[in-house]
Amino acid sequence: MRKQPRSITLTVVTGVMLVYTLLPLVWLAISATKTQQDLLGTFGLWFSGDFALFDNISRTFAYQDGIFGRWLLNTLLYVVAGAGGATMLAALAGYGLAKFDFAGRRVVFAVILGGIAIPGTALAVPTFLMFAKLGLTDTPWAIIIPSLVSPFGLYLMWTYATDAVPNEILESARVDGAGEFRTFFKLALPLLAPGLVTVLLFNLVWTWNNFFLPLIMLKDPDLYPLTLGLYQWSEQATTVGGDVVYDLVITGSLLTIIPLIVAFLLLQRFWQSGLTTGSVKQ
Amino acid sequence: MTRRSWIGWQFTGPFLAVFTLVFLAPIAYSVYLSVFRTRLVGGTTFVGLENYTKALSDPQFWEALGRVSLFLVVQVPIMLGLALLVALAIDSGRLHGAGFFRIAIFLPYAVPAVVAAVMWGFLYGTRFGLVGNINEALGVTLPDPLSPDLILASIGNIVTWEFVGYNMLILYSGLRVVDTALYEAAAIDGAGQFRIVRSIKLPALRGPLVVATVFSIIGSFQLFNEPQILDTLAPNSITTYFTPNIYAYQLSFAGQQINYSATIALIMGVATTVVAYLFQRRSMRGIS
Repeated sequence: MRKQPRSITLTVVTGVMLVYTLLPLVWLAISATKTQQDLLGTFGLWFSGDFALFDNISRTFAYQDGIFGRWLLNTLLYVVAGAGGATMLAALAGYGLAKFDFAGRRVVFAVILGGIAIPGTALAVPTFLMFAKLGLTDTPWAIIIPSLVSPFGLYLMWTYATDAVPNEILESARVDGAGEFRTFFKLALPLLAPGLVTVLLFNLVWTWNNFFLPLIMLKDPDLYPLTLGLYQWSEQATTVGGDVVYDLVITGSLLTIIPLIVAFLLLQRFWQSGLTTGSVKQ
Repeated sequence: MTRRSWIGWQFTGPFLAVFTLVFLAPIAYSVYLSVFRTRLVGGTTFVGLENYTKALSDPQFWEALGRVSLFLVVQVPIMLGLALLVALAIDSGRLHGAGFFRIAIFLPYAVPAVVAAVMWGFLYGTRFGLVGNINEALGVTLPDPLSPDLILASIGNIVTWEFVGYNMLILYSGLRVVDTALYEAAAIDGAGQFRIVRSIKLPALRGPLVVATVFSIIGSFQLFNEPQILDTLAPNSITTYFTPNIYAYQLSFAGQQINYSATIALIMGVATTVVAYLFQRRSMRGIS
């Protein structure tokens, strides 16, 4: 297509939307540099006298015997085990459904498509009730196990595997006598990489940002992920007699979102192409 | 079973096992719980459909359902409308720095609901927040966004902020797969930009719009995080039955009424799935 002339008017109008989405993030970044006194006493969208960012960060990690670091490690554990595991299970199953015509395949597919329509949050309370009965609540398993399943991720991997892995290579690998799992890991997985990164990123966001599930499953603050920890600090500030730590809530919030934003920026190329692939099929 | 068949099951088996444990089993367990009643005195008794009839005549449940329905019909069109406009603007090829727009508007999706609600909660503050700053600077008194009258709109704004970029990306991806030869043909025929949008782009977006709407229906009916978190900042505005999910949560945790809680969760799960399904059926009619 011929190149369209750029339009200043359109850029400015769309820029309003940009201001809307970036404004709270700018506010957060600026606020993280302020002392609690300035946070509550100075204009929100500009810096105040004291640049307290580094002091805020060290106090965030030091508060309550360094529990924030603990929450960060917990989050990493839940993300690596949950999102990583979910992506691996989705890749295996998506590939299995795409490339093997086995008995019961249609039933499996129908059940999982039904699973996409069931909202995860609707299952939170029922899952809690069942896990409570099984004695799994207040353990890391209560967070990891439910994170392992992503029906939408499976759907994406299935559509992706159907197109991205040619049957011919699989056939020739079989002729060469390679085992099916060896073929999957050596041949298919590299071809599935863009789809895999997309699914991984979305699982990552879901587990990193998960709130409802930890809220109902966990009582012990030592098991909290970052989201629940920040919620607790924020709640504590409004409790009568509670220690008001808005500065730590703000700084902790900034520290919580930076890793994900960096991941999205670095992996842009992958997830944007992966998403487009998904939408072709829809 | 053939060898090929067995291998297919080996690939899908692990997923299915966990799927059964965290999708099917909780649903079955909730159905089981929903037909009993537990009392401190008298223990557990089978009550049949009593919990369901109780829910259907429970004014708190209906109020919660009414609130998320209102949220659905007001917030979702605004959010998707904005997402559509931005997607069309970026796809038009007439923006300076289109790539930056795309990634920057998407960024809030990576922000957890807790952080989003805390940030906006501060901005909403009439004493310390941005609303307070504006009041002070201009000598006006803006209405309190965290008051009971405005809290739902304020939550709507937070949810819009979080998901407008995500929906924009779904729609934008839909536009990228349109065959550009169509635009060229239209241009040769003398069609202007608006004509191209109306005749080519919007019809191409029907599928992605349906997908985005279905996700939004689910999100609205299952609303929980934002009001639950804002409750710490505006305890008088968020009731224990503000949304059906908050109600189910409160029944389980504060009320110890797990049988009734399971019933509410099930009814909402079914309602969400049915509404999303019916919407999809209706809107895809006439498309192969």
